[in-house]
Amino acid sequence: MINSSSETILEISDLHASVEDQSILKGVNLRINAGEIHAVMGRNGSGKSTLSKVLAGHPSYKVNKGKVVFLGKDLLSLEPEERSRIGVFLGFQYPVEIPGVSNLEFLRVATNSRRKQLGEEELDTFAFEDLVRSRIKLVQMDPAFLERSVNEGFSGGEKKRNEILQMALLEPVLSILDETDSGLDIDALRIVAAGVNELAKPENAILLITHYQRLLSEITPDFVHVMSSGKIVRTGGCELALELERLGYEWLEEELSSTKQS
Amino acid sequence: MTSQNVVEDLVSQPYKYGFVTDIEAEKITKGITEDVVRLISSKKNEPEFLLDFRLKAYKQWLKMKEPNWAELGYSKLDYQDIIYYSAPKSNQKKQSLDEVDPKLLETFDKLGIPLSEQKRLSNVAVDAVFDSVSIATTYKEQLAEQGVVFCSISEAVNEYPDLVQKYLGTVVPLNDNFFAALNSAVFSDGSFVYIPKGVECPMDLSSYFRINSGDVGQFERTLIIAEDHSSVSYLEGCTAPMFDTNTLHAAVVELVALDEASIKYSTVQNWYSGDENGVGGIYNFVTKRGQCRGHRSKISWSQVETGSSITWKYPSCVLQGKDSVGEFYSVALTNNMQKADTGTKMIHIGPGTRSTIVSKGISAGNSSNSYRGLVQMGPKAVAARNYSQCDSMLIGDKAAANTYPYIRSQNAISSIEHEASTCRISEDQLFYLQSRGIGFEEAVSMMVSGFCRDVFNQLPMEFAAEADKLLALKLEGSVG
Repeated sequence: MINSSSETILEISDLHASVEDQSILKGVNLRINAGEIHAVMGRNGSGKSTLSKVLAGHPSYKVNKGKVVFLGKDLLSLEPEERSRIGVFLGFQYPVEIPGVSNLEFLRVATNSRRKQLGEEELDTFAFEDLVRSRIKLVQMDPAFLERSVNEGFSGGEKKRNEILQMALLEPVLSILDETDSGLDIDALRIVAAGVNELAKPENAILLITHYQRLLSEITPDFVHVMSSGKIVRTGGCELALELERLGYEWLEEELSSTKQS
Repeated sequence: MTSQNVVEDLVSQPYKYGFVTDIEAEKITKGITEDVVRLISSKKNEPEFLLDFRLKAYKQWLKMKEPNWAELGYSKLDYQDIIYYSAPKSNQKKQSLDEVDPKLLETFDKLGIPLSEQKRLSNVAVDAVFDSVSIATTYKEQLAEQGVVFCSISEAVNEYPDLVQKYLGTVVPLNDNFFAALNSAVFSDGSFVYIPKGVECPMDLSSYFRINSGDVGQFERTLIIAEDHSSVSYLEGCTAPMFDTNTLHAAVVELVALDEASIKYSTVQNWYSGDENGVGGIYNFVTKRGQCRGHRSKISWSQVETGSSITWKYPSCVLQGKDSVGEFYSVALTNNMQKADTGTKMIHIGPGTRSTIVSKGISAGNSSNSYRGLVQMGPKAVAARNYSQCDSMLIGDKAAANTYPYIRSQNAISSIEHEASTCRISEDQLFYLQSRGIGFEEAVSMMVSGFCRDVFNQLPMEFAAEADKLLALKLEGSVG
């Protein structure tokens, strides 16, 4: 499935970033090609969520050094909305509630901003309803949630389904899914994972940020990266995730420090 | 640029209606005296009763003190430095629009209120008021067929003196407050509406108030009477040019609803609000009150307040009739140095009366935005109910929002509910919308109009779209 000649979607080189003057990312390097699924794992505080926020352009995070190239463009110079329009999608760990803003209208405006960028026709309310009703099946979400305010009063699982619904509508080139498995029971996890698998295509790529292995038994990654203290310290295939699950992050850290000492 | 600055830029948009129409006006000399009051009355050929009314009000006003309890902190007005009457020179009440000075028509065209027959708004009759006088009223004949009277109050004084005499000053007494007394003494023009028994007014009625001269106070007076089983929806819009002096606008609006009558009164107020340092702008000190005199009558106020340097108004309902209903829906947006102290009074007198208050305040810049409301349940207001909801949204960290709910109950079996909330547009909410391809401005505007939705839903359709646009305009600007 992995094709070494496939197009590079994302290339991160020596990325350093901080939040509130605290340095979090300390030289991340990562390359993602079309058709690949990558997983970044690590303990809390290792910097994996920061990586996702930096890629999406959250204003609280400051890039101190390094480069990120997305489809040949300097990603870090773009506003968050521009990143979304050219095909970067961040599935949030904690999607915020936006009272008063209709979910359906929000989804339509978001979808149209991407379509406009792609030179596709913008959808009116009726055409969009047809589209959203077909895509909503993918995440088995009750259409009643379209009539509510964005994420308002949604359960944790419903919020995550709404995120994947957005992914299905925006058809991003790179989907970064930040702890999509957190707060999901096993049934919801399966539904969400099935949705993601359905959306994984040879021409796009997925970056999963996760703490646990359990998501990876539903979505099989091509590469697993382990992050520690703001760096990717090990890269392997999906067997690395299983090893981590069995031995814990401590095992890896001990192993790393012993290699350093030797 | 931090997102903070961007939001501040975003809400600091230039005022679009700040132009001045160059037209010769007949103005009287500055200042107020008994002679000035008499002069205004004689210029308008008013009957004796009205001159008496004005003089009484003037004498009361002299004894009254300018209120200061709202602590709005504005520089004191010099009442002898204001011109109390100004009319475009060419103005004699016109038989047809063709005779109206084209400059005036052009002015209203520019404001988006075309008056000429070819271009006028369909389904809305408009009374256009320029400084002190009404210059044109559209659709008068069509309305007359149904017996509906819609004209300027000056016309009504001469053509329907009995109605005016019967109702004028009965809802807002001439000595009600300092500004109402001043208005009663010198009011120039405004709109008059009379809906006969059983008539559902076939179209929305609308008045558009335009202040043109910088040194002229505007004191309009509106009187709306809805007879038994009748109904009407009335809209009011306002703009003014940009001057670096403060212009006083002290209007009085009186509504009377008889048995099972219903009046819906909507305002979109966009007076010039001064520059970012608070220089200039309109002082909007207004008394608006409706009386539900008949049983099961209903008065509903909805307002979108975006302009004025200082806004001080409390559209109120006196619920006399058994089972009568009062409503107040308000959006007040303040920015820069603007100050707004607005809210309502729901005075429950009759049994079974009900009232609803929904107030949304949005404060940006250094502005301050207060909701002040009174809900009063009289001894006979048994089983009366009130529900109030006051929400504030803060943009930036220098704006202030206050809520002052006053509740008085004189009987044991009425119910009053009050809910209040304050929120801030959070960086995370903005980022969420942005990360879905929605630009910063659009994201702010989506959230603001989402916040105001409960109120916009109450506005007549054309107005709701307008209000949404107006807020978006106030919040629009170059990003980054």
